[in-house]
Amino acid sequence: MPKVTVDGQEIEVPAGATVLQACELAGKEIPRFCYHERLSIAGNCRMCLVEVKPGPPKPQASCALPATEGQEIRTDSEMVKTAREGVMEFLLINHPLDCPICDQGGECDLQDQSVAYGRGASRYHENKRAVTSKNMGPLIKTIMTRCIHCTRCVRFSEEIAGVDEIGALYRGEDMQITTYLEQAAKHELSANVIDLCPVGALTSRPYAYEARPWELKKTLGIDVSDAVGSNIRIDSRGREVLRVLPRINDDVNEEWISDKARYQVDGLTRRRLDKVWIRKPKGPKGKLVQASWEEAFKKIAAAKPGKSIAAVAGDMLDCETMFAAKALLKASGSSLIESRQTGMDYDVSNLAAVNFNSGFSGIEEADAILIVGSNVRWEAPLVNVRLRKAAKRGAKVFIVGPEWEPTYPATFIGQDVSVLSKLPAEVTDALKAAEKPAIILGGGGFAAGAHAASVKIAHDFNMVRDGWNGFNALHMAAARMGALMLGFAQDGGIADIVKAKPKVLLALGADEVDFTRFEDSLKVYIGHHGDKGAHAADIILPASAFTEKPGTYVNTEGRVQRGDKAVFAPGDAREDWTILRALADALGVNVGFDSFHELRDAMYADAPALAIEGEVTDYGALAKSVKGNAAPKGTIPAPIKDFYLTNPIARASAVMQQCSNELLLGETLAEAAE
Amino acid sequence: MAARHIAPDTPELRERWGSFAFTPENKAQADKHIAKYPEGRQKSATMPLLDLAQRQVGAETDTQGWLPLPVIEYVAAYLDQPVIRVLEVATFYTMYNLEPVGKFHVQVCGTTPCMLRGSDDIIAACKKRGMKPGHISEDGLWSFTEVECMGNCATAPMVQINDDNYEDLTAERLDAVLDALAKGETPKTGTQEPGRHTSEPANALSNLKEMVDENHDYRSEW
Ligand code: SF4
Ligand code: FES
Ligand code: FES
Repeated sequence: MPKVTVDGQEIEVPAGATVLQACELAGKEIPRFCYHERLSIAGNCRMCLVEVKPGPPKPQASCALPATEGQEIRTDSEMVKTAREGVMEFLLINHPLDCPICDQGGECDLQDQSVAYGRGASRYHENKRAVTSKNMGPLIKTIMTRCIHCTRCVRFSEEIAGVDEIGALYRGEDMQITTYLEQAAKHELSANVIDLCPVGALTSRPYAYEARPWELKKTLGIDVSDAVGSNIRIDSRGREVLRVLPRINDDVNEEWISDKARYQVDGLTRRRLDKVWIRKPKGPKGKLVQASWEEAFKKIAAAKPGKSIAAVAGDMLDCETMFAAKALLKASGSSLIESRQTGMDYDVSNLAAVNFNSGFSGIEEADAILIVGSNVRWEAPLVNVRLRKAAKRGAKVFIVGPEWEPTYPATFIGQDVSVLSKLPAEVTDALKAAEKPAIILGGGGFAAGAHAASVKIAHDFNMVRDGWNGFNALHMAAARMGALMLGFAQDGGIADIVKAKPKVLLALGADEVDFTRFEDSLKVYIGHHGDKGAHAADIILPASAFTEKPGTYVNTEGRVQRGDKAVFAPGDAREDWTILRALADALGVNVGFDSFHELRDAMYADAPALAIEGEVTDYGALAKSVKGNAAPKGTIPAPIKDFYLTNPIARASAVMQQCSNELLLGETLAEAAE
Repeated sequence: MAARHIAPDTPELRERWGSFAFTPENKAQADKHIAKYPEGRQKSATMPLLDLAQRQVGAETDTQGWLPLPVIEYVAAYLDQPVIRVLEVATFYTMYNLEPVGKFHVQVCGTTPCMLRGSDDIIAACKKRGMKPGHISEDGLWSFTEVECMGNCATAPMVQINDDNYEDLTAERLDAVLDALAKGETPKTGTQEPGRHTSEPANALSNLKEMVDENHDYRSEW
């Protein structure tokens, strides 16, 4: 570990650190544009200049200079100061200085750093260059005259996303950043370049001219568009969520979020359920009529459910809502709770067998990976980023199931699950030779009944060994792991609930259920969007979306995380738990909590792991085997038909609709036309 | 520096070049270039392949050759790499022509040494023949661009026409070269100064005189 002095202060830095990192360790701020911790080093903006001895008698780019023993680094000398001013002046030569009409204003690196490190005024009187703006699709707005050619966007799409589509054309002062032929950026993480762009060249198209950053209230939240549990920041003004940005969490989403997580939020103000509705007369012919809460509760009570009441949890629910429903049913004497809406009935007696045990950062270290029925790019884009890292380190990746375009070399070994019982030699050899072999069982794999077979493979290839657990279930629903921890699963799946013929069915944000199987039940939909569930319901009770209530979520690796409430729900909508609490009164049962605080305490008593925030839950050892066919047959389905429209919020979102039309449908249409 | 543009992506362009493929000879050449690099590093051969492709287009159109988008896409696919990466290379180097050029593509050096030695006259002489940047003369013979230093400053001013340099030019000497080319002749390349062979001193030695017979260390005299 080399020792260096930074401005006279001696520090020891890790081997392989750069001078820039050494300065940071010493607590010195180094201005930068092109350097980014998660991208390769480009060294082209020159903003990070420092003085280093021994070395040539000129300022050096600290981001690209390795720290070596005995270096004397100065960040506060006259040379450094003038060097920074000089670089800043050059950068501003061709920068339009249109901050008043620029969306980056207030959160712009160029703005901040020119205030901190630049000269007060410009000496440049000649013409500035202008660059035509480029089309990059419905999400990214470009004003390329502002570009300072840091190439962060280029490096992101090449290195992280694995989809080379942005490039730097021409050279010198003619250099221009663009996608090939100005095609739309077409991958699930495309909008992250907006955060990366240090200036206002790439900004958010849907959020264009909506607000200034200092007007926004910032709330810490958890994304519910997939089961990764990305850490997000919800920016709101008044009652409206204006945008969602990623928060850094190295264990979960690193620094990125998917385009869906970022842009589905305009769906939060559309197709909302903000009134109580009752279908009169009951049945498919009836019409929804506005009603009051009392009327609705009376109607439910009149159904006299007794213990004939069931609850199905939707995919985006927080644990608190599910626990409140569970408590309500328990008080009524029922345990008919289920969360796997589409009817799956895999064995959940061992939660380690339905969990992503390697962890997201762990899977990067795997050296042979078998993916069973998962389009990882669509089901969990940020896990795909990890898989890409693993593949870059040399991991061999094999995929069973429908074909998709991985962003790394991978071999498809068949669409039929039966291949699991006779894996090709290529796969078995790789798994046997691997030090950290892993299997990833996705939604398609579960649907095709590959659960037992996958657990068997995990054991056959000794994937659980010292310090390594290579069995991974990759869920798609943000609520899934929390639901399973709270017991929202019947042995036979939803079929058990159908069989029980409940008098009242509580659909908690459940939109994927086949409600025709519940014709005789009084279907009460408690949720926030007028989607499939609400269309089938007899009574609709308006509830809160994930931004409108505090909540606990457990991601697919079993990590317990909490989000806060950013805004109030619209109209008459209430937080879900209060609705269930009131319903308990209407039904004359006692759930044992009167406040959110008490609810949480009761929930922690029921599932203690939910109290431990930020950590992955220890579900014990992976079961030797799970129930189910160890040699299943049949084609693996592709559960996600359209990445942009997987949940009610996204389906209500105009931006997601546009993405779907332009980026997915547009492509199929073009193909059909050819 | 002259602004360069990618020729627009039109149906006609696709129609004309969509089915571009290397001739067997060029394919053999291309594979030879690729084989120079370790397996999986075939993209290192991007530049020679672009050059081959440009020459093939030139042969097909009887010009110096250029790189239509479908040809760039072909090269990208041939090297199994994203087309944007190949386009970056093609737009970076000015010797890849991004738009059609004439049978003779005249690149006049306008950088300081050549300018001091009269490149303005050379440019004027070109203009007189109807050459202008980004334009092919009506007879299809000439296209023109002004470029930066080509490394022939000792024999400035100079032009590069297709693969050859013509140096020590005056307007008249350039006219002679161009006339010869137009007639289908092959004028002498290199310096046009009578009696001069290459870039040796044009008259008597004026500096580094002590170096003529033996090595001399000038450092102590600085
Ligand atoms: S568009 Fe932004 S991120 Fe991309 S090179 Fe320009 S300044 Fe950098
Ligand atoms: S940050 Fe070092 S050169 Fe850009
Ligand atoms: S300046 Fe013209 S060749 Fe060098």
